[in-house]
Formats: sequence, structure tokens, C-alpha cells
Amino acid sequence: MTPPQRQRRTPAQGTPAQPAAPARKEGEGGNPERLYVVAGPDGERADIDLVTLIVARSPDPPPSATPEQAALLRLCVAPLSVAEVSAYLSLPFSVVTVLITELLTAELVQARSPIVRKALPDRSLLEAVMHGLQRL
Amino acid sequence: MDFNGSDTIPGPRAEDQLPHTAQSAVKIVIVGGFGVGKTTMVGSVSEIKPLTTEETMTQAGIGVDDNYGSASKTATTVAMDFGRIRITDELVLYLFGTPGQERFWFLWNGLFEGALGAVVLVDTRRLEVSFDVMGRLEERGVPFVVAVNSFPDAPRYPLADLRTALDLSEMIPIVECDVRRRASSRDVLMTLMRFLHSLAMTGSLA
Repeated sequence: MTPPQRQRRTPAQGTPAQPAAPARKEGEGGNPERLYVVAGPDGERADIDLVTLIVARSPDPPPSATPEQAALLRLCVAPLSVAEVSAYLSLPFSVVTVLITELLTAELVQARSPIVRKALPDRSLLEAVMHGLQRL
Repeated sequence: MDFNGSDTIPGPRAEDQLPHTAQSAVKIVIVGGFGVGKTTMVGSVSEIKPLTTEETMTQAGIGVDDNYGSASKTATTVAMDFGRIRITDELVLYLFGTPGQERFWFLWNGLFEGALGAVVLVDTRRLEVSFDVMGRLEERGVPFVVAVNSFPDAPRYPLADLRTALDLSEMIPIVECDVRRRASSRDVLMTLMRFLHSLAMTGSLA
């Protein structure tokens, strides 16, 4: 019996095979906390990934916080990914990014951006992940 | 959900909380057709009970049931299961079992773009359902390995035949696995990591 046959594809023309590393802003230096594009008047969303880690700056939500914001702040007493926030609050990812954008603007949460794949992967990062998996 | 009773909102168990030292996360995506075992694989290696994130997509109704001009819109909810592994006190790994159809991928900003790499899970009973997803990864330049989930009643082909059928270059690893077993799923992830490491050493994806 012969399995069905596929034909491989190549990276689309004009599209970079590797995504560019997120642009760093002036003065950001080696600080792992990335500055975010926060919501503008047109409701633009911050640059939030599924695995951006969110941490509340204070465990107690201010009285001005909406119920959704307060729930998110209570959830993020310890770092939690946006995906987990979406899962625990039963809210779609897009709604959670809007909430987080508001909270970043109000400086009620801190966002720790993920390490993304680069053209040349960071070998020490890959080795750290391998060591972590070996412990499983 | 009623957020006014937000004291009752479920959160991670105390033992599942990440330490405050957690600085950053990385992600790996697991792709494959419906029912191929993505969710099982996420669950077998995750240190937390797998969770689900959802996104809603509204699209104009198209096709055969178009009522001649009546604008039919349908909202589709797309769910994605994911799990988590703590790598160090600073680093966390997330695993996403992504929907097979590429039209859903854009719902989650940067799902593939930022991922370290992907595992393509295939079922030899329906090998062709993985063809499109592999092509999409190739077009996007996302490095991947192929894992054949061994279902008991599935046809067994020599891996060399599968490599030919899937038109994989010699360098792309293809392994057999049983995603119900943690050690087996972990080995698939290790295969991906070693492949990524070799790419980092040679500095190429070619």
C-alpha cells in the first residue's frame, strides 16, 4: 500500500522566511521589559502576544476598576500569560487584549514580552528549554 | 460571565502559580488535522491542567445557502487548547494545540510568527489532512518536525516511505510517537528542540 503523496512548498516570494525581531525603541537598551504601544484614541490595541506574561502592580484593584479589570488584576497577582487570562476569565483573546491595553495605560499591570523566534535562534535559550524538558 | 462576583473567578491553583521571577515565555505550536491527538499531546506533557482560549470570528456567509442578497453572517467560535511547562524560574514554555485550518490562525496574533517551532502531528489513516498545514508552515518559514501518532488500527508505513510521501527533506526529523504517553510526547518536543539547535548551529533553514 502506498501513502498519498504531498509536494513541499517554499517560503512565499517577497515574504521574509524569518520574522524580524520586534523593533526596539531608543533608550530601551537591554531591558527585558519592552515598551508597549498603548491604546490610542482610535482604540488601537497594545502589542500583546498569547504568551506575554501579565503581572498586576498591586494586588488590590483600585475602586475605579471595572469588574472585568478587577477580575484580571486579582488573577494576575503572580505572572500569568494572556492565554491563561483568557481561559480563566472565559473571554476571547481579543477582548482580553483590550482589557490589558487599558490596564497598561493606567499602569496597573506590567507586561513581560515573550522571546520570539529570530533569524538566528539563541542557542543558550534552546539549551535551557531542552534541559527543562529533560526534567519532565 | 458575571464579573461582579469576581471573588469566585477561578484562577490557577496555588501550586500552579508562576514565580514572580518569571520573566519571559516561549511557545511551541502543535498542528495537525482534527482528531489527530493535538489536545492529548498537550495534556500529556503539560504541568498544568490544559486550558482553552477562545476567539470569535464573524464572517459573511458564503456559498450554497446564500439567499440572494440577504446578508448572512455567522459567528464562529474557535477554541485552542494549551498547556504549560516551567523551564526555569525565569522561563516558561507554552504549548498550543492549534486549529488545523489556517484561516483560524490569524485570530491569535503572532501565534506562529513568534513560536520557536512546530510539531506536525500526522495520522497515517488520513495522511493528506496534514499536507496543507505543512505547506503553510513552509511558506511561513516556521521550522517543524513531523510526529506520527501511532493509532493501533492505522496503516504502518516505513518512516522512509512516509518521508517520501510527505516530500520532506532529509534534514527534517520524522518520528513515531504515542501522544498519550508523557515520555513519548516529551521525546517529540526534544526532537524539535534538537532540530532547532542544529539549525542554530548551521545558521540556516534550508
